[in-house]
Amino acid sequence: MTDPVLRATGLTKHYGRRAALTDCTLTVPPGRVVGLVGPNGAGKTTLLQLAVGMLTPTAGSITVLGGRPGAGPAQLAKVGFVAQDAPTYAGLTVAEHLRFGRRTNPGWDQPFAEDRIAQLGLDPAQKAGRLSGGQRAQLALTLAVAKRPELLVLDEPVASLDPIARREFLRALMAYTAEHRTSVILSSHLVSDLERVCDHLIVLTASRVRVTGEVDELMGSHYRLTGARRDPADLPAGAEVIEHSHTERQSTFVVRSLVPIADASLTVEQLTLEDLVLAYLSPSLPPHRTELETAR
Amino acid sequence: MIEFHLDGRSGVAPYMQLIQQVRQALRLGLLREGDKLPTIKDVVAKVAINPNTVLKAYRELEYEGLVSARPGVGTFIARTLNDETGAHEPLREELRAWLRRAQAAGLDADSIEALFVTTFRTQLQEST
Repeated sequence: MTDPVLRATGLTKHYGRRAALTDCTLTVPPGRVVGLVGPNGAGKTTLLQLAVGMLTPTAGSITVLGGRPGAGPAQLAKVGFVAQDAPTYAGLTVAEHLRFGRRTNPGWDQPFAEDRIAQLGLDPAQKAGRLSGGQRAQLALTLAVAKRPELLVLDEPVASLDPIARREFLRALMAYTAEHRTSVILSSHLVSDLERVCDHLIVLTASRVRVTGEVDELMGSHYRLTGARRDPADLPAGAEVIEHSHTERQSTFVVRSLVPIADASLTVEQLTLEDLVLAYLSPSLPPHRTELETAR
Repeated sequence: MIEFHLDGRSGVAPYMQLIQQVRQALRLGLLREGDKLPTIKDVVAKVAINPNTVLKAYRELEYEGLVSARPGVGTFIARTLNDETGAHEPLREELRAWLRRAQAAGLDADSIEALFVTTFRTQLQEST
């Protein structure tokens, strides 16, 4: 499999005058669990809906698993989608949801769906409206995976769940991907949810891609540096400043560097993925205007 | 069998945390030659972690020669991380003596740790 799961080139979406997504260029390799993060309103849902074909681009292009999103039944069958808040039909029972899935999806795997429902301990005769939030999310995930998609797209799947249901959901999702090698793209405004499950990251801010890449590479190339107050220009060569803050005596930087920072006058620390993302989201740094009046 | 956990606040990449936990278990004798590591599916279902992360950790351990994978059977510990040189005990004694001197000099636990960690880091940086 060499086709990227998702490829976007100059992808742009406007709602009237408002830009929801601006000039996004991205490649997502296959077999990844991709975390799409960013503040509310950054364009996460727009990007996901473009990927599943619910929206069409204003400009630029997007291909998913080598095809145009939403272009015909074959393309639709390849992608499973769970929209925000895991919508289910409150008046339908669990079993009726499965029947609905079977009627509408050519590749539907009924024994697999029934197995999952049994494993989750859900009563097939129960109406979806009477399930807990966690159970509803698991039912929606079951519907999406029982069509045996190559790509699973989940919009804020755990946002409304309590911590236990959240962990349960992610465990079920990871067990599924371990077994079936499905690619997954899931969005969240909470990085802590994604930290352990994602191996690829896309950070969106204000309708643009701020940073994207493999999680291990990102974590291995970002450092927090603290030391006596100094100008960012005096940092070791090759260190790109992502965020900086200063007190009278001390400077703290988050930098991206492909080589380890060897400077005995600085304390060098690894960042958690959450701190790394927050550094990119922080407004402290106007693009490449890093001059600063030096301390006396 | 070893049970993995993840510390989200450590800044250490998850796959590296798994590797460190296996190494640590070997050093402490909790894992021995021939012991089986949990399957990738078991780990992801328990820890809610990306399967590629577990795979990467197991591959790295295999590359180091600490484990060997038998396809269809599982991943097994291939050797131990014992103190083969016998160097640990005398070094531990010297470290204990140093710690006693630091306490006698009036340093509290945090100061001792800070002094140790900064010296340790500087030494590592200079020797690489």
